[in-house]
Amino acid sequence: MKVKVLCRNPDNYVRETKKDLPKVPRNYDPSLHPFEIPREYTRALNATKLDRVFAKPFVAALEGHRDGINCISKHPKSLSTVLSGACDGEVKIWNLSTRKCTRTVQAHEGFVRGMCVRFCGNSFFTVSDDKTVKQWKMEGPAYGEQEEPLHTVLGKSVYTGVDHHWTDALFATCGQQVDIWDEQRNSPMQSYSWGVDSVSSVRFNPVEVNILASCASDRSIVLYDVRMPTPLKKFILSMRTNVICWNPMEAFIFTAANENYELFTYDMRRLDEPLRLHTGHLSAVLDVDYSPTGKEFVSASFDKTIRIFPYDSGQSREVYHTKRMQHVTCVRWSSDNRYILSGSDEMNIRVWKANASEKLGLLSPRERNAKDYNKKLMEKFQHHAQVKRIARNRHLPRSTYMQMKEHRTMLAARLKKEENRRKHSKPGTVPKISKKKAAVVAVVE
Amino acid sequence: MDKTGKFVRKPRMNAKRRNKWDPQKKFISGKRDPFPGDSSLHKNRIEKYERARKSQLNRKPFVKSKSSLHQSEVKRQTVITQAAKHDLLLPEESGFLKGDEGEDTCTITQQDIAEVVDITSASKHFNLVLKQFGPYRTNYSRNGRYLLLGGQRGHIAAIDWYTKKLHCEINVMETINDVRWLHSHTMFAVAQKKWLYIYDNLGVELHCIKQFNDVLRMEFLPYHFLLATCSSTGFLQYLDVSVGKEISATCVRAGRLNVMCQNPHNAIIHLGHSNGTVSLWSPTVKEPLVKMICHNGAVRALSVDRSGMYMATSGTDKKMTIYDLRTYKPLSSCYLPLGAGTLCHSQTGLLAAGVGNIVQVYKDAHVTAPRSPYMCLSVTPPIHGLQFCPYEDVLGVGHGGGFTSMIVPGAGEANFDGLESNPYETKKQQREWEVKALLEKIQPELITLDPTQLVEIDTATVEQKRNESLEQMGIDPTKKTPFVPRNKTKGGNSTGNVLKRKKIVAEVEKREEIKKSIAGREEKSVEEKVTEGHRSALDRFKK
Repeated sequence: MKVKVLCRNPDNYVRETKKDLPKVPRNYDPSLHPFEIPREYTRALNATKLDRVFAKPFVAALEGHRDGINCISKHPKSLSTVLSGACDGEVKIWNLSTRKCTRTVQAHEGFVRGMCVRFCGNSFFTVSDDKTVKQWKMEGPAYGEQEEPLHTVLGKSVYTGVDHHWTDALFATCGQQVDIWDEQRNSPMQSYSWGVDSVSSVRFNPVEVNILASCASDRSIVLYDVRMPTPLKKFILSMRTNVICWNPMEAFIFTAANENYELFTYDMRRLDEPLRLHTGHLSAVLDVDYSPTGKEFVSASFDKTIRIFPYDSGQSREVYHTKRMQHVTCVRWSSDNRYILSGSDEMNIRVWKANASEKLGLLSPRERNAKDYNKKLMEKFQHHAQVKRIARNRHLPRSTYMQMKEHRTMLAARLKKEENRRKHSKPGTVPKISKKKAAVVAVVE
Repeated sequence: MDKTGKFVRKPRMNAKRRNKWDPQKKFISGKRDPFPGDSSLHKNRIEKYERARKSQLNRKPFVKSKSSLHQSEVKRQTVITQAAKHDLLLPEESGFLKGDEGEDTCTITQQDIAEVVDITSASKHFNLVLKQFGPYRTNYSRNGRYLLLGGQRGHIAAIDWYTKKLHCEINVMETINDVRWLHSHTMFAVAQKKWLYIYDNLGVELHCIKQFNDVLRMEFLPYHFLLATCSSTGFLQYLDVSVGKEISATCVRAGRLNVMCQNPHNAIIHLGHSNGTVSLWSPTVKEPLVKMICHNGAVRALSVDRSGMYMATSGTDKKMTIYDLRTYKPLSSCYLPLGAGTLCHSQTGLLAAGVGNIVQVYKDAHVTAPRSPYMCLSVTPPIHGLQFCPYEDVLGVGHGGGFTSMIVPGAGEANFDGLESNPYETKKQQREWEVKALLEKIQPELITLDPTQLVEIDTATVEQKRNESLEQMGIDPTKKTPFVPRNKTKGGNSTGNVLKRKKIVAEVEKREEIKKSIAGREEKSVEEKVTEGHRSALDRFKK
């Protein structure tokens, strides 16, 4: 007879002293871990719920402006520096880590319409309704010095926007036409105009640095190359575009914030149809900015909310609002991809977390592991109805909610009307046009 | 350049090659790897860790998800191989019993084994002589350390049987039908003559649950925190022990229910009935999920093995049959002279049967109909409770004369997982485990025949897609609005009138539909005629 009976030596399983860590022998045999999937699902559900519980996106409000904020710009070299321009012509420089204003400049006599920081971070440009373009030093005046701009250029017409070239000493302004300026000269190097309407904003491409785009009040978006004497392309949308923003990772993709409550993402090479429509806002979209990873962008709207969209999704993943935030005029995504800055009509700059439930500060390794595990679980079970419902649900202020409902009814009515028209006319005379196709009216080469 | 002075093109190093193991490569210290290459793994080892995967998408995956699918597949493979390699590090080996040539293992007595093995193992065979209050029902806790005995005449004892320490011993002065540990060793449920009681490990009565009356058998589903009971009134009830609420009560409509077991793989409750059927139940479904006729007489005992694939049943027709729960067909059947009154599966798949006054343990009963048992033990009849101790080579037998702990080599899982159930856990570990287990308590709705269904790909039906798009748009453009008759004055709005007008419109619509369908049919027939070959020269002018 040969016999062996299972006999464990407790010394191998019990810790020696009370100060040791308890021993945890592992065996990964699946038969010892029944209900693997239902348990994982439960964990995913809990993770999603906790994610919503901890979603507290608001970080801070920067107070100090005495009029509505019109523009914000990031510092290209310093994460903690942010500049903001207000409607009374005041420019403030903020330190985000202390949440204090470090410097105030009475830059103009009208609205500060546009502002941009030079790529080296030593100076910044402002344009205004008072027909001037001013260049300012980033550092404040030394003791006894007067606060004065480095350069001032007096133009012929009102300027509405400014943007600096990403590598060269060039900048572009817009107003009645788009001007390209050399920093050293007092008159524009080049002026582009296509049509007569006023141009509301201009943006340089951060990758293909010589390309820039502008949007005008004749509903058009125009693309330019600085090296060419004439504009490249122009296309007209059904409604006016307020601002465009280039994707920092994909040179040919940009997103346009439109008056018709939507955002359009375009491929520069194919302008006849947008790549994607981003819906969700309930009023005109006033500003848009890409995250430095190029995976997401944030948009600010007249409907008092900020929305975050994945660049390839039609619907927003997040909507931010507070009781006191009025029409949001400008928004920026911080260069470390963690914060969002929004400036609004009621004179406040607000700092938000880009990821609402993220914990600020250092994470212990166990915390980080748990966070990663939960993230993966949520991703794995994201399509399950329960998980999806909890993850997507957002509380909206009553007014916004009612507005949303109203907007939906309006859209439905429009759809219905079109359907009826199609039903009662000769077949083929009222064709079905996709929303994407309908967005572009014409492309002019 | 080589020796002859010619340029020799170097082989290009692409990404794939770079990742490959290079046997010539040295460690940073300059040593060579003594065992170069990937460590080989036996195929069986890897198979053990392969989870069942049924649905492979028939069509090609979308371009978008193709890379992520590929990535997850690669990850899955590495996880499997890593786990399979970890097998080598497991410290314990399972037990076995082999007879000499010509010696049948069932003739080996417990005394023989106890003499041969070491003292600790020998001490696992013991007898508790409790003749006064028997026969006894037994239950081991999930980690196998704690033993609960419940005598039919009211005697309850909770023992840490590793150290032989008695936790509590009480007599409830009532008939006891069944005893069961709850999720930890600090609480147990006792089905007494009338109601269900819950005691703590010191014997203090915590709850008397009067919603559960005349309970005959109980099963505890540890991952769902559910206590399933079946009663002599024919009800199958579920109690959520984490919140103390009754989840569901189902009238099974099959008379007295005294045969019950759980499928540890999917938490389905199996009930045996007096007409020879076995029914499978989930708490959220009011009808049995499966009903199968297993015996000619009544069903006496049931047991499902750990993998949830095999079910052993025994009936009054004195047969013991193993069923395959994937096909619901019998695999093997054998005739036992007295018929088995109790059945029980071990973690490794051994099957114990209480036949008259003899406990018989069978090996590989699902492969071939067993000729002779693997081990035998005779006790005082009747055998009332039978359970293998988890993670030990021990079979606990509760019988008329008390309790016998029987050594069955090779019955227990050799290596336990400390995060699932740990016989040597400290108090703190136990508390931590309890919190974690409660956090991931599975909802009773998720009890289905196939627990892996949750990760199967669910292809949306047309209906679902439509509903989803409806939800997004808010309205259904294809839906017809119902006809609402216009307001009329002077009695035109009377109910009858309105109904009449509605009827007229409905009839007009119907007529139009019929006309359309007739036209369609005619068109079809015309087309057919044309294709039949009756073409005239003038057909070319037809539109």
